[in-house]
Amino acid sequence: MSERLSLRVNGVERTPELDPALPLLALLRGELDLMGARFGCGAGQCGACNVLVEGRAVASCETPLWAVAGKDVVTVEGLGTPERPHALQEAFVAEQAIQCGYCVSGILISAAALLARNPDPSAAEVREALDRNLCRCGAHNRMVRAVLRAVTAGQPA
Amino acid sequence: MSAPANVPASAQGAVLFPGNLRANPRLSQWLRFSRDGRVEVSPGKVEIGQGILTALAQIVADELDVELARLRVVPASTARSPNEGVTSGSLSVQDCGLALRYVSAEARALFLAAAAERLGIPAEALSVADGEISGPGNTRTSYWELAEDVSLDRDATCAAEPKPPAARSVAGSAAARLDIPDKVLGRARFIHDLVLRGMLHGRVLRPEAPRARLVALEEGSARVLPGFVALVRDGSFVGVVAQTEHAAEAALAHLGAGASWSAGEALPDEAGLKAWLKSQPAETKVVDSREAARPALPARTMRRAYSRPYLAHASIAPSCAVAQWSDSGLHVWSHCQGVFHLRADLALVLAIPAEKIVVEHVEGAGCYGHNGADDVALDAALLARGAGGRPVRVQWSRADELARAPFGAAQLVEIEADLDERGEIVAWRHDIWGNGHVARPGRNEIPTLLAASELQKPFPRFIAANPPLATGGGADRNAVPLYDLPAWRITNHRLLAMPLRTSSLRSLGAFANVFAIECFLDELAAERGEDPLALRLRYLRDPRARAVLEAAAARAGWGGPKREGFGRGLAFARYKNTGAYCAVVAEVEGEAEIRVRRLIIAVDVGEAINPDGVVNQVEGGAIQATSWTLKEAVRFDRERVTSNSWESYPILTFSEVPAVEVEIIPRPDEKPVGAGEAAHGPTAAAVANAVHDLLGVRVRDLPITRERVIAAMEAA
Repeated sequence: MSERLSLRVNGVERTPELDPALPLLALLRGELDLMGARFGCGAGQCGACNVLVEGRAVASCETPLWAVAGKDVVTVEGLGTPERPHALQEAFVAEQAIQCGYCVSGILISAAALLARNPDPSAAEVREALDRNLCRCGAHNRMVRAVLRAVTAGQPA
Repeated sequence: MSAPANVPASAQGAVLFPGNLRANPRLSQWLRFSRDGRVEVSPGKVEIGQGILTALAQIVADELDVELARLRVVPASTARSPNEGVTSGSLSVQDCGLALRYVSAEARALFLAAAAERLGIPAEALSVADGEISGPGNTRTSYWELAEDVSLDRDATCAAEPKPPAARSVAGSAAARLDIPDKVLGRARFIHDLVLRGMLHGRVLRPEAPRARLVALEEGSARVLPGFVALVRDGSFVGVVAQTEHAAEAALAHLGAGASWSAGEALPDEAGLKAWLKSQPAETKVVDSREAARPALPARTMRRAYSRPYLAHASIAPSCAVAQWSDSGLHVWSHCQGVFHLRADLALVLAIPAEKIVVEHVEGAGCYGHNGADDVALDAALLARGAGGRPVRVQWSRADELARAPFGAAQLVEIEADLDERGEIVAWRHDIWGNGHVARPGRNEIPTLLAASELQKPFPRFIAANPPLATGGGADRNAVPLYDLPAWRITNHRLLAMPLRTSSLRSLGAFANVFAIECFLDELAAERGEDPLALRLRYLRDPRARAVLEAAAARAGWGGPKREGFGRGLAFARYKNTGAYCAVVAEVEGEAEIRVRRLIIAVDVGEAINPDGVVNQVEGGAIQATSWTLKEAVRFDRERVTSNSWESYPILTFSEVPAVEVEIIPRPDEKPVGAGEAAHGPTAAAVANAVHDLLGVRVRDLPITRERVIAAMEAA
């Protein structure tokens, strides 16, 4: 059942020996102790477990390990650190853009994927990019403002 | 209910205990100072995504004169915290916040007295800045130097008056929430992230049909799976414990395939829900009545019925708990709303003394009432019995969370108004049908936890009840009009059958009652040809009520020109008739599929401890209410709940979320009240009134879906 797999997570080479049918989320939250990606539904419908795979936001709860073999995975922990936070993370703090914060890791990931392919999105494009991420507390508008703030922060004055 | 409504210190100087201090007078339960320059704040209320711990820290920082960064707010635990009941009902700021304000003021006075003695200077001549105490002649000491000399192991006297509002600088400011940096960095903070040494993983097998009994179980194939540790069965409660989550889930799938269940309890016909609500055995109670001094003869009576369906909490995280048995008893980690209440029910079910159980709070995802948190804690405690002293973590599935946690009760509201020949209201009757809104643990002789009724020796299922109106009410919350009508009779019919389990969901009955009252007033205004704002103002005496309505209307340009293709509606309520005042103007568009484009809200929460937190809570409440109003209903057939995924229970998405503007009416001298539930009812009614303004049809049954709008048009 178990196989030796190789992938890169937040810039670090990893070679776990696991059942390749297991979801990526199990590796991240288990062996790698990266708790940023959260379990929400197990069916790719809420976005709480989103991570970047080769720069694209995917639901790690339903991405099997075999599908990420040899690939580059970035979790919310890999976006930034306390010392060097990502512009999005700074903007989310500045806008106080959460309530409970359970969904926010996945939302930061989806937003990071958006900004990588569209560095200057409109508010409507931000919303559209986040439509597969659910938030139940109603912090949506603050999050959209935070993403737009990060865009502005990243632009030359 | 837990504590009585708080009592402010009276003007005569008699010492009355505020908030939850009366039941928990020991100062050291609330505050602990250490030599290294830290203050531990230990509230009994818990963080459920509302930012309460930051607001409480702000209050303490102000009274103590210390920087926020020195405060460490510790989560509630039955082992050390004051018992503040349940974190619910938008009461944390007024109950816990006021208690902490008095505790902090008293602690400051005790430290100043000790400093005065040490320095030989009268306390009045000393001042405090970030914990440093200084006086004339460059004399100084600090809280930290005195930490071991000043004992807080004494009961509060409330002799020290807190600062006057004008002297506060932290409370009242938009302080950044203490928990946000961790959360945007993806750090482990949630109960789901808790990893204990030797921890195992459990999953519970439950039937699709509520109340079905386990008839037969073929368990052999689960037992031989890799990682299998134990199978725990007690009557119809059955679950597995395994080394990893995935091993537990694999074993659960095997168990499920080998289980036969009896038929469950028949569910109502979803299509005939309103008729069902009126046909069930019920306990009928007149909640409130008022007689006119000179009864006027009605010329006619206007009757309308409004309803809302069962609603799911639908938190983004499934409920989760960890439990561990040892020689000394049981330790439970839970994201419940009341650690002492959960402990009481666990003691009942497990038949051990409460003192043998420690329940410790760990944050979960956003909590909007009595969800599955308590249930899963009992699940974990039962499964941990099979784990030989190792901790067991149980996490519900998405389907469990949407279909097996308690629901907000479906509710039918009928309003009749007797009108005189000028169309003025002379008498008002408001009848409610539905299940109770409270089946919280720890308040009754029988437990209310899900697994309690599944055991070999099952406890009877607790039928949800309603707290008295004096403590906020349940189904009847906000049913008594705040409008100055000459006569009324408010009647609640609480169902005694409960095929779908109900308990507290944000705003309880206020959502349906405010929806009904505020739609009815609009219907009346339309019949009279009167402006709905003018009609409300004629019937409202309370100046704070009028102020929020006028502020929201002014901001929205009420009465002025509207954008082409938009409808506008307005509604108002004072939450619980004792809490926050809130007025909402909604702007909607759409031909059948309604989009809410903008909500303009004015709110009066008394003293706003953290104005940005208030805005965040009100905006979040309004967005959640928009989701309830347009999209949400628990779906079921006659056997089972069918809305068990995000596809079958959709909620509002980013693109569907309206712009929200929140204006806080400043009232720094008024008692602070909670903000999280104030906007729900008014938002629903404002949206429905805007739909009528746009399309000329009334949708009186929530949610206002495309199908309902089309049906209303066809009926018109």
